[in-house]
Amino acid sequence: MTAESLSSPHEPSGGPLLSLRGISKSFGAVAALTDVDLDVFAGQVVALVGDNGAGKSTLVKVLSGVHQPDAGTVGFGHGTVSIPSPATAQRLGIATVFQDLALCENLNVVENLFLGRELRGLRLDEVTMEVRSRALLGELSAKIPSVRVPVAALSGGQRQTVAIARTLLGDPKVIILDEPTAALGVAQTAEVLNLIERLRERVLGVIMVSHNMADVRAVADTVAVLRLGRNNGVFDAAEATAADLVAAITGATDNVVSRRAGRDRAMGDRSVRAGGERAGGERPADSGTETAHKGDAS
Amino acid sequence: MTEPAAVTSPELAPAGAGKPTTWSGRARSRRRTVSDRLRGGDLGLLPVLAGLVVIWVVMQILNPVFLSSANLTNLALESVPVGIIALGVVCVLLVGQIDLSVGSVSGLSAAVLAVLFVDRGLPAWLAVTASLALAALIGWFYAQVHNRIGVPSFVITLGGLLGFLGVQLWILGPKGSINLPFDSGLVAFAQLQFLPPWLAYTLVVVGAAVLYATGAARAAERRRAGLAAASRRLLVGRSLALLAGLGAAVWYLNRDRGVGWMFVFFLALVLALHYVLSRTSFGKSMYAVGGNMEAARRAGVDVKAVLTTAFVLCTTLACIGGMLSASRLAAANQSSGGGDVNLNAIAAAVIGGTSLFGGRGTAFAALLGVLVIQSISSGLTLLNLDSAYRFMVTGGVLLLAVSLDAVARRSRVSHGRA
Repeated sequence: MTAESLSSPHEPSGGPLLSLRGISKSFGAVAALTDVDLDVFAGQVVALVGDNGAGKSTLVKVLSGVHQPDAGTVGFGHGTVSIPSPATAQRLGIATVFQDLALCENLNVVENLFLGRELRGLRLDEVTMEVRSRALLGELSAKIPSVRVPVAALSGGQRQTVAIARTLLGDPKVIILDEPTAALGVAQTAEVLNLIERLRERVLGVIMVSHNMADVRAVADTVAVLRLGRNNGVFDAAEATAADLVAAITGATDNVVSRRAGRDRAMGDRSVRAGGERAGGERPADSGTETAHKGDAS
Repeated sequence: MTEPAAVTSPELAPAGAGKPTTWSGRARSRRRTVSDRLRGGDLGLLPVLAGLVVIWVVMQILNPVFLSSANLTNLALESVPVGIIALGVVCVLLVGQIDLSVGSVSGLSAAVLAVLFVDRGLPAWLAVTASLALAALIGWFYAQVHNRIGVPSFVITLGGLLGFLGVQLWILGPKGSINLPFDSGLVAFAQLQFLPPWLAYTLVVVGAAVLYATGAARAAERRRAGLAAASRRLLVGRSLALLAGLGAAVWYLNRDRGVGWMFVFFLALVLALHYVLSRTSFGKSMYAVGGNMEAARRAGVDVKAVLTTAFVLCTTLACIGGMLSASRLAAANQSSGGGDVNLNAIAAAVIGGTSLFGGRGTAFAALLGVLVIQSISSGLTLLNLDSAYRFMVTGGVLLLAVSLDAVARRSRVSHGRA
């Protein structure tokens, strides 16, 4: 394993919790992932970003056991593992919250949290389940009106919270969140971002797939960029600018986003330029924060 | 039966004080009022209870015999076969499937019972067991076709509706009808055996005591854990209401023949299914599969096993209903399970509040739904109106119930409680 991420201040000492090396996956003639590396440390939030078709979802599905990689290794804990099925992923401690959340709207919060792992199946231990649900949601500072309301009555952010809390019951080491803030309002997004920070405090490894640069920069420690199924840089979230990320995602410093930003700036007040975001002029490699390249796989 | 919704409503009371969590303050929200719940489309058993009252009042006005002890005793017994079939229909509807063949399966079961018991001279218990086994096998077969090939249950059971009617006619042979001997235990159970009054009253008292004891134990356990619990007053009131209601019913029926054993058997099945649905992990997985099959699968629920069990439960209960129907008639014939049995059973489940869209409903739906259906049928028969009118009225009520289900669903969606 290469100790390639030493530059990041957020990573605790010790090896990565989860480390992918040279992961490739093709669907017929289409190469969805080519030689992808990714490291996740305990207590670290890694944002996985990329344009549509960059391979984010495929990578998530490889990790959650839905797809098998054609090549490459998954290191987890102290050894390499294979993840042939979603059940295996859960057993290992890799939990995934997919974008559709997979909650049963006709069941209440407690029933959803404990679905498939009810306590005392022949005479449900409802009291313990409710106490544990409330304790768990309390630890996450979740704003749920009552654990006895059907999930249908909850907002999008609350449902996201329930879905994440459910994975925590399985005592995972790594949580993968697929677009956790998509389709959420401003306040709900903030709630989910708070929740992600609390997952980090619990020393979990968090992989967050997102399209939203503001959210990514708000909570992530490092940002891993995928482009056309390959690594296109790992950035320190505190130092990378939105322009850096956009350039890495689109693969061009002169892209539609930067042109738009430049046009807005040209029309706006030039004097505030230094305080705001830099114009999309630098190449990502020049920013000094890129720490990994696709070529250094061991 | 008192309204079983009361069993779960205490949890909606304000949360216990002293919880250190930041959100429990919010949980101290107002108790959802009944009108709130209704407007939100959370109808529970209220519509069917209201409907039952309306039907009873109207029928009593039209014919004063309707609410007589004799007629109600009969009504209770007549409800049982279709009610038990409806109980099975509730199971398949809960997991989001349907079984259109319950009538045919009940008729076939009656025929198998009669052929084995009368023609082959097997002992009654063996004939009953064989009939149950065959019905369970049919449900298992439906589930396999659904799980492995992916044919919608609507089509599979439509095939079963016709196919098993054919098998029924075939095994009954050219005679087409087999009489069950009157001195057999089966016929006696379905027609002649009533609880002695002392036993009926004892059961009522035991029922009220058990309701109180379980409620109090639950409340104490919740209070120990610092959760909101039902108050003693509510628990006592609930038990007293049950005691008074059932006591009065038993007293009224005892003025005639009394409470039939068959009806008690039906009630026992309803309570057993209610327990399974509300207190076991299997019951929760049935609701989960009906509510969101993909979510249930990802949560580790064995969806195929749940579907298989639901189909097997449905055909097995249809078999019990068919055998009791034959016992009550003292004959199995070509029209056993035919006519309106099929649709009455499905209608009873839906009228009782089981959603056709899956994931919503209780075991009590079958009990109350079948009482509505049989009340209409009994009342119109007393008025000397033939089945033409009965079909029309029952059809209208069914349409009303399904419309109510659809409106309630839309209301739940618009109130964010879909």
